[in-house]
Amino acid sequence: MENLHIDQHISQQYNQELEDLRNKVLVMGGMVENQCRLALDALIEGDSEKAEIVATGDYKINRLEVEIDAECTDILARRQPAASDLRFIITVIKTITDLERVGDEAEKVGRFALKLASKHDRQPYYTDIRHLGDTAIGMLHDSLNAFARLDIDDAVAIAARDPEVDQEFERLTRMLITHMMEDPREIKNVLRLNWCARSLERIGDHSSNLCEYVIYLVKGMDVRHISLEQIQEKVREV
Amino acid sequence: MNATLAVNTEKQVENKVNKEPEDSLSAENLNELRECDVRESAKVAEYRTIGSPFVDESRAKMQARNVNVFYGDKQAIFDISLDIGRNEVIAMIGPSGCGKSTFLRCLNRMNDIIPECRVEGNVSLEKEDIYYSGQDAVLLRARVGMVFQKPNPFPKTIYENVAYGPRIHGLAQNKAEMDDIVESSLRRASLFDEVKDSLNKPGTGLSGGQQQRLCIARAIAVSPEVILMDEPCSALDPIATARIEELIDELKSKYTIAIVTHSMQQAARVSQRTAYFHLGKLIEIGDTRQIFTTPEHELTENYITGRIG
Repeated sequence: MENLHIDQHISQQYNQELEDLRNKVLVMGGMVENQCRLALDALIEGDSEKAEIVATGDYKINRLEVEIDAECTDILARRQPAASDLRFIITVIKTITDLERVGDEAEKVGRFALKLASKHDRQPYYTDIRHLGDTAIGMLHDSLNAFARLDIDDAVAIAARDPEVDQEFERLTRMLITHMMEDPREIKNVLRLNWCARSLERIGDHSSNLCEYVIYLVKGMDVRHISLEQIQEKVREV
Repeated sequence: MNATLAVNTEKQVENKVNKEPEDSLSAENLNELRECDVRESAKVAEYRTIGSPFVDESRAKMQARNVNVFYGDKQAIFDISLDIGRNEVIAMIGPSGCGKSTFLRCLNRMNDIIPECRVEGNVSLEKEDIYYSGQDAVLLRARVGMVFQKPNPFPKTIYENVAYGPRIHGLAQNKAEMDDIVESSLRRASLFDEVKDSLNKPGTGLSGGQQQRLCIARAIAVSPEVILMDEPCSALDPIATARIEELIDELKSKYTIAIVTHSMQQAARVSQRTAYFHLGKLIEIGDTRQIFTTPEHELTENYITGRIG
């Protein structure tokens, strides 16, 4: 595990600013994760109250994103960060963009959950959706941890879990398509369910991105848009 | 890491001496002290420049090999080997007293004028040893020009400031040629348009930024191959600084430039390679982009990010 030593600057104020930024990202991550869990619960339990909370709670995340962005801009303008500090700021800017999008996905699931709450009769799929959601949200949770602990081994391992989420989604989609063919009257609702699954799958993708940013932050290398094997190889090289 | 180790070792030695001054020669102590010695020398042997100090043989303009510099018995520079590539801007950064200016001054034998200063090792310009006994230092300094921290124009007219060098080196056959040299030098230093109507006024009457550009014009008037700049912008305002930096960028197509600067942002802006000095040692050198985004050495990282190093 690495340490960025963001508390070692000559300027105490600067230390404070970076520490503050780091905390805010983790707070934002926590909020996003909560939204996701709540959305998944709302969907599966058919709980329209929870769904309502998720569907209307996204603004807090957006507000925090704007706030963190402004702080990053401020630090860039006034401190001209270099090396690991620069990578840290870049990582934060990118991380919160992905987190905000995860928040949007949670909101979407919340909205569909609200619509589906009254038609709570698709038990067989809910087990699969629960599994898909748990896997994706687990990735999100762990990638936030990897960011907090700057653990690149973990980051690589988490990114490696994304194909699992993708396959799960594919499988679920196939089942839902079959259902729609068998019972065309249900197409609208099953489609809604499929959108939810799609959102959960996206959470996994965003979490992989977070892991890539952690690798960039710690090692200074860009591992986006390359295969998992290549990432593992690159990380091992350095 | 190393620094802590050194401090610890010193402390251990100190403690031993303080605690038991009488039998400091006991076998046990002696052994411990020896161990310290071994560790100390291991630490020195450990010193190795990180990055890429050398460029392709064909691209090297100046080459320094195993340069050690002493002021009296105090060593200021430790075993520095480094190439300066043709038509590149190399920036040297590091905290005060790290030896970057001393090293820069080795490159045109400016240290010769300090009596107690002794330079060991090899420095060559286009494969030619600049410290060999027959080397004419004045001629060398025409090939390797220098611009200092404070603008220091001669107390003469602007024209004479620029014409002085070419005259003593006999570079102009007649007045017309001299006029040409003065004009083109001033132009290359982006000063001509501002002073073309006042060439006969004293150079000392210009603003700080203009004076510094006059000094650069003076340096390039003798067609040097390398220009050394020792904090050329530290006495200038940001606008004058920006102009000098722009100038450096233009000059690099014709000259090779080595610049010492306390402004890391300046080093990042103007240079292609950056060298980080620390306590007389060349710690790390590499592509400027890499140094400022992913430095390898902890000391470099600490310095450029403003951490306690």
